[in-house]
Amino acid sequence: MAMIEFQDVQKYYGDFHALKDINLKIEAGETVVLIGPSGSGKSTLIRTVNGLETIQEGKLIVNGQDLADRKTDINRIRKNVGMVFQHFNLYANKTVLENIMLAPRIVLHRPEDENKQVAMQLLDQVGLQSQANKLPAQLSGGQQQRIAIARSLAMKPKCLLFDEPTSALDPEMIDDVLNVMKEIATDSDMTMLVVTHEMGFAREVANRVVFMDDGRILEDDTSEKFFDGEPTNERARQFLGKIITH
Amino acid sequence: MISIFQNYGGELLYGLGQTLLCSIIALFFALIIGSGFAILEVVPNKFFRIIARIYIEVFRNIPLLVITMFFYVVIPMYIVEISGFVSGTIGLTLYSSAFIAETVRSGIQSVDPGQMEGARSTGLSFWQSMRYIVLPQAFRYVIPPLGNQFINLVKNSSVLAFVAGFDLMYQGNVIASDSLQSMSTYLCVGVLYLILTLPLSYYMRYLEKRLA
Repeated sequence: MAMIEFQDVQKYYGDFHALKDINLKIEAGETVVLIGPSGSGKSTLIRTVNGLETIQEGKLIVNGQDLADRKTDINRIRKNVGMVFQHFNLYANKTVLENIMLAPRIVLHRPEDENKQVAMQLLDQVGLQSQANKLPAQLSGGQQQRIAIARSLAMKPKCLLFDEPTSALDPEMIDDVLNVMKEIATDSDMTMLVVTHEMGFAREVANRVVFMDDGRILEDDTSEKFFDGEPTNERARQFLGKIITH
Repeated sequence: MISIFQNYGGELLYGLGQTLLCSIIALFFALIIGSGFAILEVVPNKFFRIIARIYIEVFRNIPLLVITMFFYVVIPMYIVEISGFVSGTIGLTLYSSAFIAETVRSGIQSVDPGQMEGARSTGLSFWQSMRYIVLPQAFRYVIPPLGNQFINLVKNSSVLAFVAGFDLMYQGNVIASDSLQSMSTYLCVGVLYLILTLPLSYYMRYLEKRLA
């Protein structure tokens, strides 16, 4: 069964048609990279998957539940679908360790000892165990983003969404974050949907590349076909040409 | 001034006590009610937002004296006998709660929306996100303006004087007409109000520094 499935999804902001006829199926364990020019709807699309944006028409099935159905408990879906944001969104009033431990404690009722152990292990995985007791504001952007990834992982989700996770970072810090993401993609059976402009990452770890423009999906290829063959869509070719020569 | 204190010390002290009591009760409930309506103003449910909006606009835009008179005159006429002190305290509570609600709401809205999204994305409910993430940050922002509201509240408690609430202002009026020393009397009353409000003012400043 697909982890995420869009069926004829339409999304409007008032009169603005933000997502048009979206059909997309992402299988469990797949890593899919979503690219496109700004304003193309990729962030909107990824935010619908965990209900941060609602859809107006169509079906959106995530982990077996239809998000358009009003009876669906969004918090239950979010337990299994983590999200990493462009601006990290770490809790400014909590230490690094508390950022990671809060949701497992409140939502999953994970025992305190185990919770701390899992959190420290995750901090180790992202290389920041020594920062456990600092506040987010005391860390660099790259460090904050790795903490944010650890925070998502602490819920042991089946699926992780990344919304331009490296766009707000200094160039030097991008690799640290991408490496953590690559590890997750290769070492676990996590389903990953990633909005990014990092084409190296897309080529290396993505199973598929989806190209969007003007609210529509114009291209949905395996990453080999997308990068080594040529995208069939003219707009996608143009975009790829620009982004790679830069 | 000294003679006023000597001759009417008991009355002034009693008035000070009533003012303090009224202020503490009103502050306690206004903070709870105000915070409650502030949260209702930002919930996703539109119905609750409208209810909160109506409450706040009504009590913010009617003079405190009118609200208090309503409780002093109308409620005893139709519902239950209440004293001037009680009606004044209720009026002050409702009036101040509307201002506190606006203050707290602006605090909530000055917290980066990303904080709420981050919390929601990990599976916390709206209320859990509010309680653990948004409100603690919002209260830090609103301590200075909230301090202003608290000081206003203490001063506004002088509305009790109009409804025989036996507060500091009421005693001042009584003493002034009894002693015929208006200036000295009201100077004493002013000093006594300062004794209440200055420490409050300094305490809020201390809190602000400590939490910043």
